Amino acid sequence: MQIYLPIAEVSVNAFLLLGLGGIVGILSGMFGVGGGFLMTPLLFFIGIPPAVAVATEANQIVASSFSGVLAHLKRKTVDLRMGVVLLIGGLIGAALGVIVFNYLRSLGQVDLLVKLCYVVFLGVIGALMFIESLNAIRKSRKPGAKITRRKHNWIHNLPFKMKFRVSGLYISVIPPLVVGVAVGILAAIMGVGGGFIMVPAMIYLLGMPTKVVVGTSLFQIIFVTAFTTMLHATTNYTVDIVLAVLLLVGGVIGAQIGTRIGVKMKAEQLRILLAIMVLAVCFKLGLDLLIQPAELYSLGAGGH
Amino acid sequence: MFRLLALLTLLGTPAVAQEEIVLGLSQDEVAITATFEGSEILVFGAVRREAPLPDGDLGVIVTVAGPDMPTTVYRKERRLGIWVNVDDVRIESAPSFYAVATSGPIKEILRASEDLRYRISTRQAVRQVGTNVLDSRSFARALMRIRESTSLYQTLEQSVDLSRDTLFNTSITMPANLTEGDYVARIFLTRGGDVVDSYETTIPVKKVGLERWLYNLAHENAMLYGLMSLAIAIASGWLASAAFGLLRR
Repeated sequence: MQIYLPIAEVSVNAFLLLGLGGIVGILSGMFGVGGGFLMTPLLFFIGIPPAVAVATEANQIVASSFSGVLAHLKRKTVDLRMGVVLLIGGLIGAALGVIVFNYLRSLGQVDLLVKLCYVVFLGVIGALMFIESLNAIRKSRKPGAKITRRKHNWIHNLPFKMKFRVSGLYISVIPPLVVGVAVGILAAIMGVGGGFIMVPAMIYLLGMPTKVVVGTSLFQIIFVTAFTTMLHATTNYTVDIVLAVLLLVGGVIGAQIGTRIGVKMKAEQLRILLAIMVLAVCFKLGLDLLIQPAELYSLGAGGH
Repeated sequence: MFRLLALLTLLGTPAVAQEEIVLGLSQDEVAITATFEGSEILVFGAVRREAPLPDGDLGVIVTVAGPDMPTTVYRKERRLGIWVNVDDVRIESAPSFYAVATSGPIKEILRASEDLRYRISTRQAVRQVGTNVLDSRSFARALMRIRESTSLYQTLEQSVDLSRDTLFNTSITMPANLTEGDYVARIFLTRGGDVVDSYETTIPVKKVGLERWLYNLAHENAMLYGLMSLAIAIASGWLASAAFGLLRR
């Protein structure tokens, strides 16, 4: 069934969008990532104009994250206090990111920079997570292997300490704030929620337990993407509500299924799967930059 | 639809105005609804003459053009191992949609000078002024190639049926990814390669119903539209969660 999207001004198959939403929703629930880093390139691929894809995706992430976070709230795997600290950083970061984005656009190379951002960040994070979780799995297989205690590093010596009871942490608010700002900037530039950066940062930099990380990440993503949606809707008029509804119907259902799958899996397995997926997307995007495209020319709307 | 049947000659009547176009269209506007899958417009008409058949072969050309828009064409080159947009050319005006249907091979029924004057073929319809790269012509060709691949530009030679040098008809298929605006349909009558008569009419293409309402809301009441999008997102997120909660019980 074909549906004409009023803002994107293209006609697409409704079931294709429902399916895409569902698959990305499952991943979102499993890993606590918004799924934007997968969905946004997929939307480009089916012919949605990039500006509309990025803006609408933000709106869809709000829905799937909200659905996911409710499931996590019930199981008390959301560190609300940590989430709020990250969120404050995130909103500052998103606002900064939009300024950076507009500056890059004035230089005329925003497409390339967005893609390079994707390749570099997905590559580094994917590789790090892959190696780390592989090691973790190997260690857990060895009988009698000793559990390494979390070491105290410089992060624990910063001022403004705060107790995060759900995460079992007593650390300074500075690292989570910095993580929030950094993720916010990247999220605005790359048009994603930023979960795939946030999740590893929370695990490896802040030392939060994996089970809490997913719910907390989703909680923070809701607000950052809601903020991004409003920015896009009021400045660029690129949020397509029909597209969003189709994606989120699939997305919210998928997120519920994904959350349940996620609970049944071991943390290391979850991490290695996410790592593989991140690396696959990175590989595909990197290939596009390296291989000579079939059509060297492309069209841009309007003037400069 | 026959109210559209009208006799009209635009663009200055040539000296040999013994032949005129009488035209009909299957629809005088295109409405974009939620389930819009493209549209087919039937263009039909007749050649009215008062004098006996003049010399030369008769040709009929039908063009349908979407609103003109400036477009930038980028070209990629390899820099430091990766493919990046290096050159760009701004095409001053290119129709968002352009279809040309002819009754015979365009080279035979239309002189190049007449093509240039009336801007009939796709090559002429894409106008370009600013040039900042040497081979700017190849940028215009790329624009045509890309648009042709998505059926936004169509050259349909010999698709106009012309019977007994009097009655003609053709159909133009418009794809689903249309932009709104006034589309211009032009019909040219040629005799031995010269345009002897032409007729022009507009076909408005516009969103209707829900599509219209959402589009207007997004542009005129952006804040409300944004909040509505968020409300829908939150509500559906909650609904899915609640529904699954019930299922488990």
